[in-house]
Amino acid sequence: MKPLLRRAAPLDAPALRLTWNGQPIAAQPGDTVLTALLLSGERLRTTLGTGAPRAGFCLMGACQDCWVQCADGRRLRACSTLAEEGMALVDSLPGECP
Amino acid sequence: MTASPKAEAAPPMVVVGAGPAGVRAAQTLLRHGVRPVIIDEAPLPGGQIYRQSPAPRGSARQRYGFEHKRAAAIHAAGARLREQADYRARTAVWNAAPGRLDLVRDGELDSLPYARLLIATGATDRVLPFPGWVLPGVFSLGGAQIALKGQHCLLGPRIVFAGTGPLLYLVAYQYARAGGQVQAVLDSAPLSRQAGALPALMNQPGMLAKGLYYLGWLRARGVPMHHSASLAAALGAARVEGVRARIGGAERTIACDALAVGHGLRSETQLADLLDCAFGFDAAQRAWLPQRDADGRSSVVGVYLAGDGAGIGGAIQAELSGERGALAMLADSGIDIDRARLRRLERRQAALSRFRQGLDRAFPLPSVDRDCDDSLIVCRCEEIRAGELRAAAAQYAIDDLNRLKALTRIGMGLCQGRMCQGGAAELLADCRGIPLSAIGRLRSQAPIKPMPLSTLGEARP
Amino acid sequence: MTVLHADVAIIGAGLAGTSAALALRRAGVSTILIERGLCGARASGVNFGGVRRQGRNMEQLYLAQRAQGIWARLPELIGTDAEYVRTGHLKLARSQEDLDKLIAYRDKVRDFELGLEILDAADLRRRFPALAPGIVGGSLCPGDGQANPRLLSPAFAHAAQRAGARLLEHCAIAHVDTQAGDFLLTAVDNRRIRAGTVINAAGAWGAVVAGWFGDDLPLQIKYPTMLVTEPLTPQIDVSLGVEGGGFYARQVARGNIVMGGGYGHALPGDRSRPGPAALAELGRAAPAVLPALASASVIRCWSGIEGYFPDKNPVIGFSPHTPRLVHAFGFSGGGFQIAPAVGEVLAEMVQGENTLMMAERFSASRWSARPTQ
Repeated sequence: MKPLLRRAAPLDAPALRLTWNGQPIAAQPGDTVLTALLLSGERLRTTLGTGAPRAGFCLMGACQDCWVQCADGRRLRACSTLAEEGMALVDSLPGECP
Repeated sequence: MTASPKAEAAPPMVVVGAGPAGVRAAQTLLRHGVRPVIIDEAPLPGGQIYRQSPAPRGSARQRYGFEHKRAAAIHAAGARLREQADYRARTAVWNAAPGRLDLVRDGELDSLPYARLLIATGATDRVLPFPGWVLPGVFSLGGAQIALKGQHCLLGPRIVFAGTGPLLYLVAYQYARAGGQVQAVLDSAPLSRQAGALPALMNQPGMLAKGLYYLGWLRARGVPMHHSASLAAALGAARVEGVRARIGGAERTIACDALAVGHGLRSETQLADLLDCAFGFDAAQRAWLPQRDADGRSSVVGVYLAGDGAGIGGAIQAELSGERGALAMLADSGIDIDRARLRRLERRQAALSRFRQGLDRAFPLPSVDRDCDDSLIVCRCEEIRAGELRAAAAQYAIDDLNRLKALTRIGMGLCQGRMCQGGAAELLADCRGIPLSAIGRLRSQAPIKPMPLSTLGEARP
Repeated sequence: MTVLHADVAIIGAGLAGTSAALALRRAGVSTILIERGLCGARASGVNFGGVRRQGRNMEQLYLAQRAQGIWARLPELIGTDAEYVRTGHLKLARSQEDLDKLIAYRDKVRDFELGLEILDAADLRRRFPALAPGIVGGSLCPGDGQANPRLLSPAFAHAAQRAGARLLEHCAIAHVDTQAGDFLLTAVDNRRIRAGTVINAAGAWGAVVAGWFGDDLPLQIKYPTMLVTEPLTPQIDVSLGVEGGGFYARQVARGNIVMGGGYGHALPGDRSRPGPAALAELGRAAPAVLPALASASVIRCWSGIEGYFPDKNPVIGFSPHTPRLVHAFGFSGGGFQIAPAVGEVLAEMVQGENTLMMAERFSASRWSARPTQ
């Protein structure tokens, strides 16, 4: 598995800790949720229709491909939301999380 | 003490969008003693072209290349706006009625009356569907650029750039300079078109020189570049692993870890549509655009249009049209403006227009592949396929895009037609044998972008 | 220009008009359907899509039960089921008072055999776990359902055409005259239609059309507000309403939740917009009924244009003054389910049958002063 994104230059900065499907991932201040997830993975979500993997497309809030779910049920557009310490993100279908 | 009732009652002049057009418009209003409200979805001014990173690293030159001075100027002007005007960052317009905008920020709703409104909502990439375009690792050209300048990240490591337009070469160049492994640049435009466009491109010799510089730099480093080259498919299972390209009549597979694709830009026109601005079909851009006069007045009194949101013209044109639109707002309000300045703007805009025509010639917009398989996903959001569209078009004798939407749900997904309207329109026109200009356009409906139901419920009574 | 001639001309190709055209053709009556825009593009095409008998005024239940039989036969009748599913319709009670009203309705309409089941809070929790706790109870009509309104009118129109009806779209009528006892309708583009009988099925514009013939009917226009969410995992398989009205929701096959409530306002050019207050109310009401909806994204909202009569019943009847003119409009937000039956009844009325029953319930004269005996 090759992450879809990599940093252009390594950065020395305190990490933010998030989880993705319960697994810890690291991000840095200024990273969007999309960046945090794709620096360590290959997908953001699975489609409701065919169960296909998706990882965003336009990165500017237009295509709506990057909606992800928080463990508390909130949904957010990953490309336009900054990663925050303690965010718990899950690959679940819309309507699934209570 | 309460403020005077008269001052409270006067609605403000409002600018929507803080890209180059919106920033110059707001700046112009301020210079004439008017304090506008500026509404922008991003945390910082700059739009997409001069998008600022939330945690900037590296030099401005690294992020904006040759445009770094223009970018810095817009950022500085934007910073002054944040101090001197009523600047609403991270705020989106979700609905509008004559004289009123409905705003959302951080899940909270608000309503803003306006006396005059300038819409500078910019553009996104123009994309057409192709097999595999929904795979993880396939992004738009603009998206690839935002990863780099907005987030200091690279897609890849091995990346193919495809499509057409000046952005194709710019982003490929930026990635190659930043250490990306550019496997190929596939331009659908024929080389002969680009040669033939040179006279028009000479209207802006500096811009032409920059474009040629990117081309030359890539060539000098051995990056494979092809003209008349199109994408047959993105290949892969869980993510993109390669690209099948048609180059010079033959098919070739190129291994890669990412693909960035785009065919120019498409205007964001939803707000203009909600406010009932008249639209016309622009044959050069193959798109319906809100109509405006030379100064930027829309068909609706009090509503003005500037920048790429009303037709693609590029960043410099956006700055000029933003200023010009603001001058029209001021003149229409009875405020004195500098007519000589207006004439100078007009002349510069005319030269840029001629250059833009050259770009349109050099990078003709391709159509969707009319022989595409029925299984091609046209609607990313709801995975609606070309076969379903064709079948409905035939069964119901559909000659109108809204009718196709009603009967197949195309354009009813989360992106509200942004990604699929172009491809769907071309497919419909093609299978019904009607010109693109005759099938109509999808009408925008609120919310302008999807919004959680709970946020809708937060409105103040 | 030639004059098109038929026994019956129908003004309005929404559901009432298109189902009448099909029924007339099946009876061998020549028919022309005249539509100002595109068939089924107005209220018939943008309504909620509830195929519902429960909750109707008693006077409508004959039509509702007759329509129920037709809905089951749609594929055979018009070549498609328009995504019709008998999901059941659950009308929720938000208080004991509401539940008492639902029980009273069930008792009142017993003879119509709607099969209404009263459910209490425990029943709801067990059978519909996605519903918010705290709802007192509800009334379930298992045979009610939902369908896709966008598909239905065009399907009826095409079936009518296949059966020999002539459909004229983009054909706005400019004026009406008589010619040797027939009606002569002239369109804005000078197309002319001559017919012995006219059916006014012009929906929210029915009163305007009635006015062309000198009939003045008290139609009020309202603009129901609706919205749709992104597709969600299955939440609820019944169509929902509430006692007292004001909120209705259903989940379509693709997973989107369509909901409506409240009213918006008119825009110039025969258009309408959802009302901001109605949208806000939906934003509050929906998560209160289905908590999972709080984080669901709204993709779009819209409004329709509907005609309402004061007693919430339509006019289905002959003009009081003009012979061989039949009015069929003003379905007051409830036209969708009964439309297939309305079409059959209109065909019968035009041929001289079934007139007394309709005359009693849905007379066009019911607001005129009654003469003393």
